[in-house]
Amino acid sequence: MATQNNGVAASVTHTQPLWLLAEITYRCPLHCAFCYNPTDYDKHTQNELSTEQWINVLRDARKLGALQLGISGGEPLLRDDIEEIVVEAKKLGYYSNLITSGVGLTEKRIQAFKEGGLDHIQLSMHDITEEINNFITNTKTFELKKKVAAMIKSHGYPMVLNVVIHRYNIGHIKEILEMAEALGADYVELANTQYYGWSLVNRNQLMPTKEQIDHAEKITNEFREKVGNKMKVFFVVPDYFSDRPKKCMNGWGEVFMIVTANGDVLPCHSARVLPNIEFPNVRDKGLMWAWQDSPAFNRYRGDSWMKEPCRTCPEKEKDLGGCRCQAFLLSGDAESADPVCSMSPNHHIIEKAIEDAKNPTLQAQPILFRNDKNSKKIISGEVNDLIKDFHATP
Amino acid sequence: MTIAHQDIFKIAAHHRFQWEEAQQSHVILFPEGMVKLNGSAGEVLSLVDGKNSVDHIVNALKEKFKDVEGIEKDILSMIQFALDKAWIEKAN
Repeated sequence: MATQNNGVAASVTHTQPLWLLAEITYRCPLHCAFCYNPTDYDKHTQNELSTEQWINVLRDARKLGALQLGISGGEPLLRDDIEEIVVEAKKLGYYSNLITSGVGLTEKRIQAFKEGGLDHIQLSMHDITEEINNFITNTKTFELKKKVAAMIKSHGYPMVLNVVIHRYNIGHIKEILEMAEALGADYVELANTQYYGWSLVNRNQLMPTKEQIDHAEKITNEFREKVGNKMKVFFVVPDYFSDRPKKCMNGWGEVFMIVTANGDVLPCHSARVLPNIEFPNVRDKGLMWAWQDSPAFNRYRGDSWMKEPCRTCPEKEKDLGGCRCQAFLLSGDAESADPVCSMSPNHHIIEKAIEDAKNPTLQAQPILFRNDKNSKKIISGEVNDLIKDFHATP
Repeated sequence: MTIAHQDIFKIAAHHRFQWEEAQQSHVILFPEGMVKLNGSAGEVLSLVDGKNSVDHIVNALKEKFKDVEGIEKDILSMIQFALDKAWIEKAN
């Protein structure tokens, strides 16, 4: 996901959403250990928006300016109305993207998506080995993913593969890229795990070492040179190993809007972890109010909320102080600098996390896979010791 | 690849070029990204339709913007830029 800027880009005078991410359901047949969805998602599975409500969301967001649509989840294909939603997206002029595990994608459905005007499909892949694919997703989905990749290609779609990178597959980057090439991928996103939701709970078990990441990046660069323009490879750098934070979401309420399964409107994937913010819901006042006027969306726009060292930092425009959710989850202060920043007084928290992830005892703890049972345990407080170091439920 | 006057280009596969009312600009949309174009880039790419030759595009825009000096060079460099970015591809 990138909004490019260059010599031919137009300038915009006021804030408009460009991206709408529709997290259409939290239900998912996979149970990935690194899922960024909220660990208490089970609270939000009973009150999903209806087809009609989603269509209204699409219309209202389009009026606000949104033009890239991601249909995501959970697994969006668990809903049987994606075909209708795709047709409406096309009618409204969105560039639409189905973000899927591939489970539930049939010839019949992909044909309906093609006819309905879906623009592309982003398929998640996990590894070249069946063993690791099945382990990290806690499902037997390895063969299915390869079949789905071929189906996507045969329907003339650009093939966009997303591979979340963690300790279990980082040693296979070269083989993963070769597999992508053999499948005819046009775009490959190697997304190093960011630690939110389930992946934060499982951080000690997932985090690779700095050396592994450097090596993976080197291999990726070599592969890029070899493969040239025919396959675009993105390497999403993990922020924990950087000394400056990411410009999260390209700024709070700047270009990105998420509507969750139950209709909450969020400026980023994990915003609900933040304290004392009431996020708008499309069932109440509508998207226009949510984006333009809601206190939640205005909370961290601009930089007047910043504390030191961000407030007077010459680099503050570059990263806007990083991620509010990460700052709160790890330090308990949402307005403080993202602890990833080496100038943050809380940077030691990141350093400790990196050290902990090398500790064999912590590494050997069982993974908490993303599933309804574990989500219920999180909600009931049964596994509180797993999240005691964080200032909110991830 | 350098551009010849008789070349015909089209918007690349899996890319979409459209006018955006809310942004008051043309945009190019593609998997995982988008670019908002300024006015002159939008004018040029509006004519890249798989039928018009580069020559035709240059002449049409020269006619439309008679007062603009050195417009040909700007048009060619815009087409080259779009080609390098793989937003457009050869159609003949």
